Amino acid sequence: MRVALFATCLVDTMVPQVARATATLLERLGHEVVVPPTQACCGQMHVNTGYRREAVPIVANHVRAFTGAEAVVAPSGSCVASIHHQQAMVARRAGEHALADEAEALAARTYELSQFLVDVLGVVDVGAYYPHRVTYHPTCHSLRLLRVGDRPLQLLRAVRGLDLVELPGAESCCGFGGTFAVKNADTSTAMLTDKMANVLSTHAEVCTAGDSSCLMHIGGGLSRLRSGTRTVHLAEILASTEEHMSPTQTTAPAVPA
Amino acid sequence: MAISAASSDPTPLAPGAPRSGTTFLGLPTAPRGVGHLRGTQSFPDAARTALRDGQLRANLGRATTTIRGKRAAVVAEVPHWEQLRQAGKALKAATMARLDEHLEELERQVTARGGTVHWARDATEANRIVTGLVRATGSDEVVKVKSMATQEIGLNEALEAAGIEAIETDLAELIVQLGEDSPSHILVPAIHKNRSEIREIFSRTIPGVDPGLTDEPRQLAMAARTHLRERFLCARVAVSGANFAVAETGTLAVVESEGNGRMCLTLPQTLITVMGIEKVVPRWEDLGVFLQLLPRSSTGERMNPYTSLWAGVTPGDGPQDFHLVLLDNGRTAVLADEVGREALHCIRCSACLNVCPVYERAGGHAYGSVYPGPIGAVLSPQLTGVEDNASLPYASSLCGACYDVCPVAIDIPSILVHLRAEHVEAQTRPTAEAVAFRGLSRVMSNPRLWHLAQRAAGLGRFLARGRPTLPAALPPPASAWTRTRDLPTPPGRSFVQQWTEEHRS
Repeated sequence: MRVALFATCLVDTMVPQVARATATLLERLGHEVVVPPTQACCGQMHVNTGYRREAVPIVANHVRAFTGAEAVVAPSGSCVASIHHQQAMVARRAGEHALADEAEALAARTYELSQFLVDVLGVVDVGAYYPHRVTYHPTCHSLRLLRVGDRPLQLLRAVRGLDLVELPGAESCCGFGGTFAVKNADTSTAMLTDKMANVLSTHAEVCTAGDSSCLMHIGGGLSRLRSGTRTVHLAEILASTEEHMSPTQTTAPAVPA
Repeated sequence: MAISAASSDPTPLAPGAPRSGTTFLGLPTAPRGVGHLRGTQSFPDAARTALRDGQLRANLGRATTTIRGKRAAVVAEVPHWEQLRQAGKALKAATMARLDEHLEELERQVTARGGTVHWARDATEANRIVTGLVRATGSDEVVKVKSMATQEIGLNEALEAAGIEAIETDLAELIVQLGEDSPSHILVPAIHKNRSEIREIFSRTIPGVDPGLTDEPRQLAMAARTHLRERFLCARVAVSGANFAVAETGTLAVVESEGNGRMCLTLPQTLITVMGIEKVVPRWEDLGVFLQLLPRSSTGERMNPYTSLWAGVTPGDGPQDFHLVLLDNGRTAVLADEVGREALHCIRCSACLNVCPVYERAGGHAYGSVYPGPIGAVLSPQLTGVEDNASLPYASSLCGACYDVCPVAIDIPSILVHLRAEHVEAQTRPTAEAVAFRGLSRVMSNPRLWHLAQRAAGLGRFLARGRPTLPAALPPPASAWTRTRDLPTPPGRSFVQQWTEEHRS
């Protein structure tokens, strides 16, 4: 299958290795990956902060960038949820009905990574190797807007060498919430503290999830505490193989650069 | 012919107006200076103080965890919960669509059964009506059934100003009243207090209380019972709210756990019920849906211990003088908003509070309104006008746990996002944030500018001077992040740029 990769603005700008891992994984599974060069953002940050009018041109750019794509995959539950639930809505509210229709049609072909792997490609064992103790945080939008359910866990259970430990209070929000993390920094930090306490109680080397935004939040807190646990995106774990193991055996995901 | 993508609404609309294409003149919201819908601080400021209260965090964490578990267990045993929930939602939506007709039918039926109906446009009017009715009885005290509507309008303060003492009879409301505190939860107003704190309040405030009172729940309940029983027996006037009102039969309904409400509803001579207009349901059989949804969502019980139903007056049985005060106080304004009106479907179960990670940590007082938590964050700003409660729609990480548990499936996250936009669009002068977001919108819709911006962000790596994270001391607004969280050092090139260069051929 020819798969168009939507890196998402945050991954593309801050953690490009997550998009790289997604591409590596999909190519290893035998699919052709294309990366539309004019892609930018889905518009969620604008919509959720109250700038729904200003989100419309961003949605238009997204729809233009992915015109004609057979399937679009993004390593983010949150961005895919926004594409499904918000893009057409804000376009329609602004009276841009043609754009809304196009956004709706594109959304129907847009998938979060774990849903694409399990539901569309029908694969659970992606041939990955990652010999580490890992706990999984089900991010809110993957959990409650996309209902990805246990798909990421199915994928992780099939990874060779991976020791999956259950995260207590897994379904509680980590406190990121986009601009919430800045506008309500104290409440956000209180939520993060409780999330980190649960992550650390698992003694996992790595906390993983399907969203780089939540991982940047949890990881930023863990890093500030100089804790030994780090955050790694699900795509990076699934892209790792024996051939690409690093000689130092760190928890760094083994993805070819 | 296709509508031009660039065409905009030809009619200028008032801020907060529905985009229906017609001019909207606005509707009155809850007035300032009366009642408890507005706080004195913004949510972030109020929360900052609450978050440092370790006792509060412990009390709330324990209580919400317990009640979450109870709710989940009793909801799971209903085989068709989702259908029941959708039935509740559909009933509410249909009722709101013809609210005026149902209210007039309710008035006819209550009147036909010997009750008197009063219409109150807002808190001030409702307080005046109730005060006048109590005065007419010659009584200088009233016993109260737990009620959100009377908390909303500040009835106790209004009665006090008229020389009438209002006695809260719900155990938790009594704790709050005796402690000169304010409620912090819709169902459990004293959720922020633990047993030993309650023992301290009772020992200090209840006259003649046993000096050996312990914090054992039964002892505390018995102390309150002794204190209240006397008041029930001499009370001549009671004030209540209502959970439901059935239009076709003129029946009012109050559901409760303690039986204190039943005492108030049956013993006094005069009963005055203050009810928000959205509480009406058209038919008797509609109660069948809501009386299943409410207790399981609220207290985590299959059925609540006391369900009191009454219609008008019955000679020789119960209150002989019944008044129903129908309260608007901004509700019609909420009804006018196509997105926000769903907030009126709320049946005040408080399940959304119990699952909310923000409520669990900041507590109810931080919201500044008698309606805290997720439902409060969408209801209070709409009742008062969003500019009077502008920080509340942002008091959520949009995690969606509230929507999942709501027994009438109110899409609270979508209303929060809608109200944020209403706030942004109500600004007449550009804020720094608006300038930034407008600029970013132009950048994110133009690939060439976007790539330049990404390169500029990549320059941030030089601030890190080779370290994997950026310095913690960054200027605002980045400092709000970096005060407690590291930011990774941005890479020199984005993935899309790398990939495009690799595949250029």
